Amino acid sequence: MSEITPEIIEAHQLTPEEYERIVALLGREPTLTELGIFSVMWSEHCSYKSSRLHLKKLPTSGPRVLQGPGENAGVIDIGGGWAVAFKIESHNHPSFIEPFQGAATGVGGILRDIFTMGARPIAVMDALRFGPLDDPEAGPRNRRILEGVVGGIAHYGNCFGVPTVGGETVFDECYNGNPLVNVFALGVFKQDEIFLARACGLGNPVIYVGAKTGRDGIHGASMASAEFTEDSKQKRPNVQVGDPFLEKLLLEACLEAMKTGAIVGIQDMGAAGLTCSTCEMGSRGGTGVEIDLQYVPQRETGMTPYEIMLSESQERMLLVVEKGREQEVFDVFKKWGLDAVAIGHVTGDGMLRVKDHGKVVAEIPSRALADEAPLYDRPHDVPPYRTAPMEAPEFSSQDLDADLVTLATSGDLCSKRWIWEQYDYMVRTNTVRGPGGDAAVIRIKEAGVSIAMSLDGNERYCYLDPREGAKLIVAECCRNLATVGALPVAATNNLNFGNPERPEIMAQLVESIEGLGEACRFFETPITGGNVSLYNETLGEPIRPSPVVGIVGLMETGLPVATEFPEAGLSVVLVGGLGEADETRFGGTQYAKAVLKKLWGLPPALNMEFERRVQAAVREIVRTGLAESAHDLSGGGLAMALAECSFGPSAAGAEIRLDSPLRPELLLFHEGPSRVLVSTAQVDEVRRIAEKHGVPAPVIGATVAGRLTIENRGVRLIDQDVRRLREQWEEALPSKLGAHVAV
Amino acid sequence: MKARVYVSYKETVLDPQGKTVCSALQSLGYTDIVDVRQGKFFEITLKDGADPAGARKQIEEAAHEVLANPVIEEYRVEFLD
Amino acid sequence: MKFGVVVFPGSNCDHDAWYSVTANLGEQAVFLWHDDPHLGDVDAVILPGGFSYGDYLRCGAIAKFSPVMSAVKKFAAEGGLVLGICNGFQILVESGLLPGALVRNRNLKFICRHVPLRVETTNSPFTSAAEKGQVLRLPIAHGEGCYVADERTLDELEAEDRVAFRYLENVNGSQRSIAGILNRGRNVLGMMPHPERATDPLMGSTDGLAIFRSMVAAMATQP
Repeated sequence: MSEITPEIIEAHQLTPEEYERIVALLGREPTLTELGIFSVMWSEHCSYKSSRLHLKKLPTSGPRVLQGPGENAGVIDIGGGWAVAFKIESHNHPSFIEPFQGAATGVGGILRDIFTMGARPIAVMDALRFGPLDDPEAGPRNRRILEGVVGGIAHYGNCFGVPTVGGETVFDECYNGNPLVNVFALGVFKQDEIFLARACGLGNPVIYVGAKTGRDGIHGASMASAEFTEDSKQKRPNVQVGDPFLEKLLLEACLEAMKTGAIVGIQDMGAAGLTCSTCEMGSRGGTGVEIDLQYVPQRETGMTPYEIMLSESQERMLLVVEKGREQEVFDVFKKWGLDAVAIGHVTGDGMLRVKDHGKVVAEIPSRALADEAPLYDRPHDVPPYRTAPMEAPEFSSQDLDADLVTLATSGDLCSKRWIWEQYDYMVRTNTVRGPGGDAAVIRIKEAGVSIAMSLDGNERYCYLDPREGAKLIVAECCRNLATVGALPVAATNNLNFGNPERPEIMAQLVESIEGLGEACRFFETPITGGNVSLYNETLGEPIRPSPVVGIVGLMETGLPVATEFPEAGLSVVLVGGLGEADETRFGGTQYAKAVLKKLWGLPPALNMEFERRVQAAVREIVRTGLAESAHDLSGGGLAMALAECSFGPSAAGAEIRLDSPLRPELLLFHEGPSRVLVSTAQVDEVRRIAEKHGVPAPVIGATVAGRLTIENRGVRLIDQDVRRLREQWEEALPSKLGAHVAV
Repeated sequence: MKARVYVSYKETVLDPQGKTVCSALQSLGYTDIVDVRQGKFFEITLKDGADPAGARKQIEEAAHEVLANPVIEEYRVEFLD
Repeated sequence: MKFGVVVFPGSNCDHDAWYSVTANLGEQAVFLWHDDPHLGDVDAVILPGGFSYGDYLRCGAIAKFSPVMSAVKKFAAEGGLVLGICNGFQILVESGLLPGALVRNRNLKFICRHVPLRVETTNSPFTSAAEKGQVLRLPIAHGEGCYVADERTLDELEAEDRVAFRYLENVNGSQRSIAGILNRGRNVLGMMPHPERATDPLMGSTDGLAIFRSMVAAMATQP
């Protein structure tokens, strides 16, 4: 048994100390198969060993939370006996190696997380981060990655039949070698039909369903936890190909099999495949699982136990079924043309026992793998990493109209229609509001309520101040929900950071988590699950701290309020007022990024208490039907928000008159939070509600046909033809992509 | 001169299309069929009088860099004189 | 009236069609399983959208061999109403119930958006409740919806008044902007746009109801 050398240990990305721990837990040297099993279960990706300590600081419970972190997805009560399950997951590294299949299998993985719980997936959103499309060096590759990722998401989601209803896309140099693909999914089910990933009931059979096992993605889980080096090219053949058609069959078969009542527990095989599903189900059930690999359906010949246990072949599930009722389950899977095979059973000894033709090849206590992974308190007693200066540079605009065009055509703020029109955002006919607005809205036909969803991140704010940045993200998400009249109720997060072994990166992570915790506690949106993606670095170059937050809200089903001005002749009210700004807090804005091409200072200042009142006021204004349109201010500030409000089918713009001492650049483009633009025919009522909540709501102008003009104290700052500006905004992304066509 | 490039998934990579086509064929009674792999086929015409060695190099490179995705696919090139 | 909605492996608009017919039209609907060669007592058949068999090989190419399709062919031959939507249209052309073929969109991308369509004929059990020249706003959601056929077939379709709908903006590159066609018996309609996604105000349009209402009216007058 002395086959384990220090080189083998290192190749499995285990430290000598971790190896010692394995030997101590087993009371002997592991076999190679066992070492492989430990290496994936104890990888950063599966064990959260660097972040677990800090994730405990997040709020996870609340009156509507039926299931917090620890299962495949969080679950919240939406009333009437119905519930929704939702979660976000990253597929960053695979999407860099093979953008199309990497993104496609990312969608597949999160969908399985949702329907494993018994919920039917009804919405997907994506947070995407790429390097700039016009980067002189990396531009062509960035364009290829974008096209591939969008194509992969479309391929998988469209075929599976889940609408992709929203998301966001950001471009920054820090993602040149490390794009981010974070996929959020949400499903609906009855509260009494929740399934858990637990192996219960001694002697109950363990059944394998879905695709056959191949040599796909072996060591994918450890790959997602290591920085890219030239070596990772060696790992390239291990990319998985997704099969959305099979996943659709798996969905229908699983939901139908669940209805038989014969299923005791169910878990999908995602990262770390059969290894993770067997030991987690045993660990959660307080039982053991024994399987024999000879029964595992295999796509290739000559696979070793090591390969079978570590394969990450997609579209597979593991079920624990009530003994004696196997046939009922087999019949359902047969109807849908799927493999279903008993490969083992539940035991009472707490061991994960893997046999190959009767011979034991691995025998490990389930808890040792799932719950006794190393836990690191990585040093973070230094300031979070940043090189940006605090002081603002000298700047003075020559042409504010040109600046607005620069912003409207910048990668982050331009229309993303080219992306979202490739997604079927309407299938299942629940989409009340699809992509392109502040929040997506999906109706739940069965329950008579609608779910509003918003996905947000801001790596510039988080780079300048990870704690404040994280709070601003939560505030913006909640504000997006308020603009459609929804009440935020729960959250999920995806923490994308660099190498946690560097204290200055670990400090970013800790500060962000604490900021998220503080804001989610304040806005009463507990985090019911999520994902951590670390080591997002290429050749030592880390991404900016990129926490992505998804927040879910509840509202009554009804026709949604518009984002854009529906007609001329309405009053334009700025709920929350003009806000405060100074040059230091201007350094993280889109203006600083796109126009000045600099980054400095601090993110905008957030007063959470005021923010909450603004949201309450807007929610009430929208719910009482007083608003003809509502849109929150974010990237590009007031001027960009007014432009976006003018991009509707009516081509109604606005004539805006301001009275502010701020210099024009700040007045037009600062990104102070807690502000929402509302157009209304009932100004007095709107202002009365705002006043009730203690929120300023100045009337700043009126909607007019075809033009957007802004003046301050009699000085004309902006004068735009809205159709012309809209055309530039729409054309920006297709023209950046140019004539590039993927084969 | 012409060249043909055949691109398909690597042997170890799952081919969902081939698999689905295979099971459809089997269910239609083509029971001797045990596996189907699906791929792409390119027929490429080269300039008259092109230097054969240079042209071969161009086709090989195009197949590797553009027509196939070496991460998951393999290819085979045939030259027809 | 009872509609039968066929479920192929990979259909994903089957439930949407069922919902439109039952909740928004107030008629009955049942699902018909692909493996079952019997249609039961349905008055009309809907082949729904989706990705039958993953759209692998070609869209609709594998579904056409399903046992249910032989029943649908027989039903159509006897004059029964068959509506193929999106993937259902693709299956109808692969099965030979309608002429031509559907190939990749001109821009090679999947396109999801509401598009305006012009009703080209009201002389059909699917369009009688509409006005000739009326513009319907319906969603499309497809990657392979570009209609192609040889010139003779296209001329014939036009001469026989069998083009049911045309795109006002030809989003996918279809020949002669064709969005939907009828068979010679006028009892089979294939269309790429989704009428079932436009049957209540929350879907953003109710223009799809005209098609289903026409079908109900036609079935009511049948002996």
